[in-house]
Amino acid sequence: MRELFESTIERLLADLATPEYVLGCEGGEWPAELWAAVEASGFTLAAVPESLGGAEAGWADLYVLARAAGRFAAPIPLGEALLGNWLLGKAGLEPQTGILSFAAEADLSLRDGAVVGVLRDVPWGRHAQSLVAIADRNSATPSVVLLSTESAASQTLSLNVAGEPRDSLHFTGARVLACAPLPASLSVEVLQLGGALLRSAQIAGALHALLDMTSAYASERTQFGRPIGAFQAIQQQLAVFAEQAAAAGIAAEAAFAESDTLFATFTIAAAKVSTAEAASVGAGIAHSVHGAIGFTQEYSLHLLSRRLWAWRSEFGSASLWSQRIGQMVCGAGGEGYWALLTDHANQQLCTLERKSA
Amino acid sequence: MSITQFTYSRIPAEAESLRDEVREFLQNNLGDYPTTARAQSWMGFDAAFSRKLGAQGWVGMALPEQYGGAAAGPFARYVIIEELLAAGAPVSAHWIADRQSGPLINRFGSEAQRERYLPPICRGESYFCIGMSEPNSGSDLASIKTSATRNDAGWLLNGQKVWTTNAQHAHFMIALVRTGEKQAARHEGMSQFIVDLRLPGITIRPIRDLAGGEHFNEVFFDNVQLDADALIGTEGKGWDQVTAELAFERSGPERFLSCIELLKTLISAVGRQPDALQSREIGRLSAKLLTLRNMSLSVTAQLAAGEHPAWAASCVKDLGNLFEQEIPEVAQLLLEAEPRQEGGSEHAQVLAYLTQMAPSFSLRGGTREILRGIIARGMGLR
Ligand SMILES: Cc1cc2nc3c(=O)[nH]c(=O)nc-3n(C[C@H](O)[C@H](O)[C@H](O)COP(=O)(O)OP(=O)(O)OC[C@H]3O[C@@H](n4cnc5c(N)ncnc54)[C@H](O)[C@@H]3O)c2cc1C
Repeated sequence: MRELFESTIERLLADLATPEYVLGCEGGEWPAELWAAVEASGFTLAAVPESLGGAEAGWADLYVLARAAGRFAAPIPLGEALLGNWLLGKAGLEPQTGILSFAAEADLSLRDGAVVGVLRDVPWGRHAQSLVAIADRNSATPSVVLLSTESAASQTLSLNVAGEPRDSLHFTGARVLACAPLPASLSVEVLQLGGALLRSAQIAGALHALLDMTSAYASERTQFGRPIGAFQAIQQQLAVFAEQAAAAGIAAEAAFAESDTLFATFTIAAAKVSTAEAASVGAGIAHSVHGAIGFTQEYSLHLLSRRLWAWRSEFGSASLWSQRIGQMVCGAGGEGYWALLTDHANQQLCTLERKSA
Repeated sequence: MSITQFTYSRIPAEAESLRDEVREFLQNNLGDYPTTARAQSWMGFDAAFSRKLGAQGWVGMALPEQYGGAAAGPFARYVIIEELLAAGAPVSAHWIADRQSGPLINRFGSEAQRERYLPPICRGESYFCIGMSEPNSGSDLASIKTSATRNDAGWLLNGQKVWTTNAQHAHFMIALVRTGEKQAARHEGMSQFIVDLRLPGITIRPIRDLAGGEHFNEVFFDNVQLDADALIGTEGKGWDQVTAELAFERSGPERFLSCIELLKTLISAVGRQPDALQSREIGRLSAKLLTLRNMSLSVTAQLAAGEHPAWAASCVKDLGNLFEQEIPEVAQLLLEAEPRQEGGSEHAQVLAYLTQMAPSFSLRGGTREILRGIIARGMGLR
């Protein structure tokens, strides 16, 4: 399934998500044509059980979709729709066609089929038709809810550093489209973890594209009578970039591969930490090697670098996830360290009080 | 060469099932081995322990059964060695033979050489060292001058090697030497020999390292008479053979686990209630460690598939060495514990020792700049 997914999505995005198109969507323009093509290919239902009309793909296969979305800087909530529908499926709810996103940051209470509260930092919130979130997170009976965006009382619009919508939606008693208890096998953090998982793959994809672009540029650009890639200082920087891009790729792929049955919390956290670091290093080197041309709006480098700067901090920064890993690890003590690292079954992150800025 | 070479590979269940066995063995045989000794990682020398491992079938285990190996896959060996390293077991005696010399002899040696050298390697009794570097040839290995010239009895060896780890304990050296005139092509005219270190004309002098340890040596060859069958592989193809070893040498867990003992003492010293900075830094290092291990396993999968992942191995070593070298720095950042050569806590002693060892991590086995040069070449930049 993975090969078919990959070749199809790459062809589709290469055709439609051109740099001009992506740039044109920044600031909140909705890419209707691209979204229609992605939906028509069935990708938004890829994780949904076959009985509900999906492809029932596992995360190991879905990795290539999220990675491709990153590689092409696709300005659509593809990963968001995948994750949203996956969670609906887990909760036994009907999958959604149309524009679907989710909120990992939900402060929502559900009473008699209606919700009060707020969803924060919702990717493409203003464009989405419906949203998945978890209500009553701190109660004994959290629920998966599906909300219509139209039913929100108000919206607070916001854009990330790449001009992608990250909106907050306020609900004051809107009726849910559907709801079901959160399955006992899933943590109330499932959307935070899923978001981190998606962003790690997008970062890996974007870094790969950026590395290719930067090494190609180093072979073309000539100074002092030679391609700049002939200078050892440039070569060494590009080697470091390649190492980081490779680390990001394997960290993200491991997180997806280990999450097929249950979200592998430590591996996902490690992926977010590794990809965030690689994003910082890679974007820095890419700009340094490109010189001034890479600092222009006309040249498409920034489509990738600004997304790396945005995605590295979404759904938990490297710092946040590091801290959570650190608490788990210190809890096991030095003696238990290696056993913990090598045993997926026992790697359960504890929750952390989050101080918002 | 591309980063797409790195694809995630889980350790197969069969190999994974060895893990508990090794842990139990280590518990029984090394239970009271002190933390400060464990900090030596793969520089800890204990021939009796190596023989015990050999008796378990855990030395040379990837070699064919007819020579005493277990024909085990690379993942089985991986599980064994990472457990040994994570526990700080003293594996130095047989390390080079297991990792490098055994596979080299199996691959390039004659039948007679395989029959002669491999069984004692697998028993954990026969130790090897690597004779590549010379006083004027470090990174520029192709400039070596030590030479072997043909005579009636075989080959006459003259010259000098330096920084040879374990030469004072090893039975054999696999030496890269010049056997032909320096050609127009820099990488021709070199060959590899198995040198019996008891032969007349060989002088071995340990060189003390900055921490007072004696691990590496200078080795002099003064008209050393080698038999004709000391040549391993093909005359003149030494460079290609050496390059083939590098993927094994550069991608293993020893390239990022050298400071694991310090990470463990640090975690214990910090305790179960870390502050925000402590949990963040320890968590960040743990995330990196997990990622490095997955990279290293990916190279192992490539080796298992018969590929030649020298490029990917260089990535693992460079990132891995940076990680190892960062650990003493982070330890300093997180705790007011002064490093101590003597006295002080176990953590303070491990910190002192590994702070001093850390610079060598990115020298031995190829320097940072050389590795990055290899990576850049693979990317088509040179
Ligand atoms: C603990 C330890 C154990 C060792 N064990 C062995 C062993 O068992 N057998 C063995 O044969 N050798 C061994 N070595 C030697 C090791 O392989 C060499 O130290 C290494 O290859 C570097 O050579 P050098 O020390 O001569 O440094 P040099 O080659 O002189 O390098 C010095 C500095 O110059 C840089 N440099 C050199 N050339 C270039 C270039 N073209 N471009 C950019 N920078 C460059 C290097 O990266 C380095 O930073 C060991 C070394 C150590 C520290």
